[in-house]
Amino acid sequence: MMRFRLEKRPEPSKLMLYGTPVAAVVLTMILGCLLFSAIGYNGLRAVQEIFFTPLTNPYKWQDLGIKAAPLIIIGTGLSVAYRANVWNIGAEGQYIIGALAATGVALFTWGMSGWWILPLMAIAGMAGGVAYASVPAFLKTRLNVNEILTSLMLTYASVQLIYYLIRGPWKDPMGIGFPQSRLFSEAARLPNIIPGTIVHLGVPIAIVVALIAWFVMSKTVFGYRMRVVGAAPHAARYGGFSENKTIWLAMLVSGGLAGLAGMLEVAGPFQRMVPGFPTNYGFTAIIVAFLGRLNPLGVIVAGVVLAITFVGGQVAQTTIGLPDEATGIFQAMMLFLLLAGDILVRYRIRRISPETSAGAA
Amino acid sequence: MDLTIAILVTVVGASTPILIAALGELVVERSGVLNLGVEGMMLLGAIAGFVVQFHTGNHYLALICGAAAGMAASLIFGFLTLSLSANQTATGLALTIFGTGFSALAGASYSARPVTLMSPIFPELAAHPVLRVLFGYSFPAYFAVFMVFAIWFFLKKTRAGLILRAVGENDLSAHSIGYSVVKVRYLAVMFGGAMAGIAGACFPLTLTPQWAEGMTAGRGWIAVALVVFASWRPFRLLGGAYLFGLVMTMELYAKAGGGPLSAIPSELWAALPYLATIVVLVLISLRRDASTNAPACLGKPFMPSN
Repeated sequence: MMRFRLEKRPEPSKLMLYGTPVAAVVLTMILGCLLFSAIGYNGLRAVQEIFFTPLTNPYKWQDLGIKAAPLIIIGTGLSVAYRANVWNIGAEGQYIIGALAATGVALFTWGMSGWWILPLMAIAGMAGGVAYASVPAFLKTRLNVNEILTSLMLTYASVQLIYYLIRGPWKDPMGIGFPQSRLFSEAARLPNIIPGTIVHLGVPIAIVVALIAWFVMSKTVFGYRMRVVGAAPHAARYGGFSENKTIWLAMLVSGGLAGLAGMLEVAGPFQRMVPGFPTNYGFTAIIVAFLGRLNPLGVIVAGVVLAITFVGGQVAQTTIGLPDEATGIFQAMMLFLLLAGDILVRYRIRRISPETSAGAA
Repeated sequence: MDLTIAILVTVVGASTPILIAALGELVVERSGVLNLGVEGMMLLGAIAGFVVQFHTGNHYLALICGAAAGMAASLIFGFLTLSLSANQTATGLALTIFGTGFSALAGASYSARPVTLMSPIFPELAAHPVLRVLFGYSFPAYFAVFMVFAIWFFLKKTRAGLILRAVGENDLSAHSIGYSVVKVRYLAVMFGGAMAGIAGACFPLTLTPQWAEGMTAGRGWIAVALVVFASWRPFRLLGGAYLFGLVMTMELYAKAGGGPLSAIPSELWAALPYLATIVVLVLISLRRDASTNAPACLGKPFMPSN
């Protein structure tokens, strides 16, 4: 019988670090095909529609862009936070509060025109996200309250705030009773950058945000400090990097970017606040951050991959009747397989043959 | 008086699933493992329990299948974190995302199909205007309270419980005196999964007799928070769960009845359990012995050879 043994690598394998996310995506396709065949769908067709149709059909490219943009922006912020070992999982809530702050500006300036309205909405969006993220940051640094639980609880509360505002003070007077805000005026809507498509300004902004974050994280003292605090907190303290300051920075960057994504989403595709605004981008961005190996350049690629599954999921729904929820299963499988593959970054697998001694390496 | 009794009965019903899930997570965390997938396992238990009840009409079989679904999901978590030493936080999140998606897919064709709720196990006493506070519940409410005692006894008074706590406090020492850390943790994780599955199944079987996507609505996360609130002690968990049940019940009464409570927007009531969780976590952190009772190895992967 063949036996295997794990052996620690002298240093983490670069090949495995960047190879395992690719392997995770490929394995997700194979396992997904088997799983959906087992429960009575055409598994091969499902994988084809979800992972390949969005790429081969040029009409779907614009959808990919606008789905990937919020995922990349939020995922970039989360990759900065997770690098510093700060577990902000309430990005969805910060995204919602950012969008609500931007909606507030749009409604307050309703009927006005001016170039300054959109930048003001962006600032409000980021400020909203920052403010909401500062609650877990404050509680973590001052009272050592677990940021995972607080940021998540705030997400549930933020959804209720949407309902309250659009049923009450922000309700559309022309909405025939629908709980939604009024349609933003022209000056509060994000311009399309490619005429005849739905591609809005948020798409190039997402790329720029990720590139800036990549530069800051890999080329500056700030980025070095975030990485050191996350990887070796003791060494960081010895080196004079304050842990609390890092937690604050990680929370504020991730919260601010989630808020910005919320503003872009409400001013772009939605153009008004509706009950269906929370679409779990903040949670999916967690997968994006991990799949991109907490590296903003990787996050761009991972954001596009996850966008493909969203767009492909819709395609599969119309062509082969695969339920919408299948997308989430593919996404979760991707994260499971990626986490399972992590062990190959730090360890190698050795075969132990029965005759030879185990120590031969 | 009648209203007080009615409120108390509702509180116990609303608290029961949180208590069951939190008890499971308490045992998992005492063994040194942090499983943040409780919400996902609860949803899988909820859909499994619903489907079984819908097709067989047997509530107890439904609870058992809910437990099995939660346990199966916990094995994915166990394999990744215990056998492959994957990051526990990320794996728990992945489990919740998976459970949310899988239960939604499995339940897509069952929406708006009613099942019957479990009936009280003492039907005569359940009709009594006062005694129903004690005897007006179906099986899970008594099971939850029984498990509080059972888990307390197990952890404090049995050898197996001592080993489990040793593994959670100092995995390397436990390993060096010959206990299998990974095996103990697997068993704890599976127990936590089964409890989360039962807790999830309680939603369609004892609270709202239907399947609704994401019907556990964050209660799994509240259960995780309650374990911190209870400083990893079973009896404090009992009090904490009933306290949360009271907060959630206030929402129902505020919506239904008039009076001063209805002046507060219903959305605020709906947000209250989550905000209360934050307040409770803050209060607990102010206590001096706040983190002293946390298992020392909580959330850390076990790596004996390095």
